[in-house]
Amino acid sequence: MTNTTVAPVRGLRDLSDSPSSPDFPDVNRLIALMTGAEKHAPAAHSTTDALWVLYNRVLRVTPATVDDPGRDRFLLSKGHGPMAYYAVLAAHGFFDEELLRGFGTYDSPLGHHPDRLLVPGAEIGSGSLGHGLPLAVGTVLGLRAQGLTDPRVWVLVGDAELDEGSNHEAIAHAGPAGLDQLHTLVIDNASATHGWPGGIASRFEAAGWSAATVDGRDHEALYAAFTAPHPGRPRAVVARVEPKG
Amino acid sequence: MDTMRDRFIAITSQLLAEEPRLAVVLADISADGFASARRAHPDRVINVGIREQLLIGAGAGMALTGMRPIVHTFASFLVERPFEQVKLDFGHQGVGGILVSAGGSFDWPAGGFTHMAPGDVALLDTLDGWTVHVPGHPDEAEALLREAVDGDDRVYVRLSLQANRQARPVGRSTGSTGSTGFSVVREGRGGTVVAVGPMLDNVLAATEGLDVNVLYATTVRPFDGAGLRRAVGAGPGADVVIVEPYLAGTSTAAANEALMELPHRVLGLGVGRAELRRYGQMEEHLAAHGLDARGLRERITGFLRG
Repeated sequence: MTNTTVAPVRGLRDLSDSPSSPDFPDVNRLIALMTGAEKHAPAAHSTTDALWVLYNRVLRVTPATVDDPGRDRFLLSKGHGPMAYYAVLAAHGFFDEELLRGFGTYDSPLGHHPDRLLVPGAEIGSGSLGHGLPLAVGTVLGLRAQGLTDPRVWVLVGDAELDEGSNHEAIAHAGPAGLDQLHTLVIDNASATHGWPGGIASRFEAAGWSAATVDGRDHEALYAAFTAPHPGRPRAVVARVEPKG
Repeated sequence: MDTMRDRFIAITSQLLAEEPRLAVVLADISADGFASARRAHPDRVINVGIREQLLIGAGAGMALTGMRPIVHTFASFLVERPFEQVKLDFGHQGVGGILVSAGGSFDWPAGGFTHMAPGDVALLDTLDGWTVHVPGHPDEAEALLREAVDGDDRVYVRLSLQANRQARPVGRSTGSTGSTGFSVVREGRGGTVVAVGPMLDNVLAATEGLDVNVLYATTVRPFDGAGLRRAVGAGPGADVVIVEPYLAGTSTAAANEALMELPHRVLGLGVGRAELRRYGQMEEHLAAHGLDARGLRERITGFLRG
């Protein structure tokens, strides 16, 4: 098993095949440090696979580049249930896995909702739903205003989180504005109270986004959806997982 | 005279050319005024449409990348409607930005209560780390705006059509310790009246011939407690009236805190809490809230006699 307490030294580019790259099964053990219930993890966490593929193969950000203006940004908007997020960050060396044991305690930087001023590698604090996508729009606008057209911005929202109207303000603006640096990952565990008749992807497509819906447990399908070209348009990837029980 | 909002648009359009970090985020309001700036700086003058949650979130997101955003619309849609975005996207994320409002408490009385925001400053007062400027003249608005653009902190600039006839020196230059302080406009011994921003002319008219201090405040947060203590002097007690162009009593707690070492009384005058359900003109609303010279004089003299 990879020693996850040592930060893998990587450049901006993804070097997932380097010898120091962590293993996916290790996320299971790391989540258990927080939950103490290894047998349920990681399948109990809807975001685990998508987060893994993003951090392991797609995002060009490392512990060494968390302040680099040219880094890719990942914004966890759905701040509920951040265990998989913390585990993936720890697995990639953003902080020591020992921190996971203190999850939610007074002295721990790792709360039940993340705080960007406390968690190394966290781009935003979240918990109140519907803030990440507007912040991501602004992040893209800010990068673009500085001529930084290479970095990509990813934001993770839940299908129930999409109930918040602020998301629809952002979706409706980002399409016509052609914010092609913006990527929204929707983790769909069918938990929205009234569902999304017609499908989640159609909401994005109607606003001019490129969109795809994939199996949220299939790493290759996720990777392909995450890396598909979408010139001139923002991209939405809807990752379907088991309905919330 | 141009309005504060005219001046804000003109100066900001000019500053965009000088400050590469500066950006303007709009939600349709004042988009016409910024049209030429938008043509010159299409990536730094953003109009998100009538979407105020996105307005604040997008401004804060730009700040996350190191930009200095000016976010602007009417006060009711800038502070009240997206208040949680103001609280979380700027405050909790720990980034700075400049919120510039127009419309004030009742700049457009004929528009009714939906376009009135007397509670904006009181709402911001529930949050930490916001500097609040309430200029009383377009020149003051320009000075305070320039100061805000130079900084990195969270600043609210409250622009209004209500203005004093004459501009006064404002901003950091007026403070005793480099901070932004209250200035002494008139000296007296029978009490202290603090006039905030556009209330000064009416306060000066209301206190004509009275033996009172008149202080002028354009920056109300942080509250210049030291300046207020200096003005009330070393006497055995203090009578203080604060006249604000927004919700009455907004700064009463700050004044009480500043004066807690000596016996004191504080009267907070401003816009009443009750909805008038009236249209008409600004002067009529000022009178209805007792903020015209006559109403102010009556309440100030009544309080100081008491």
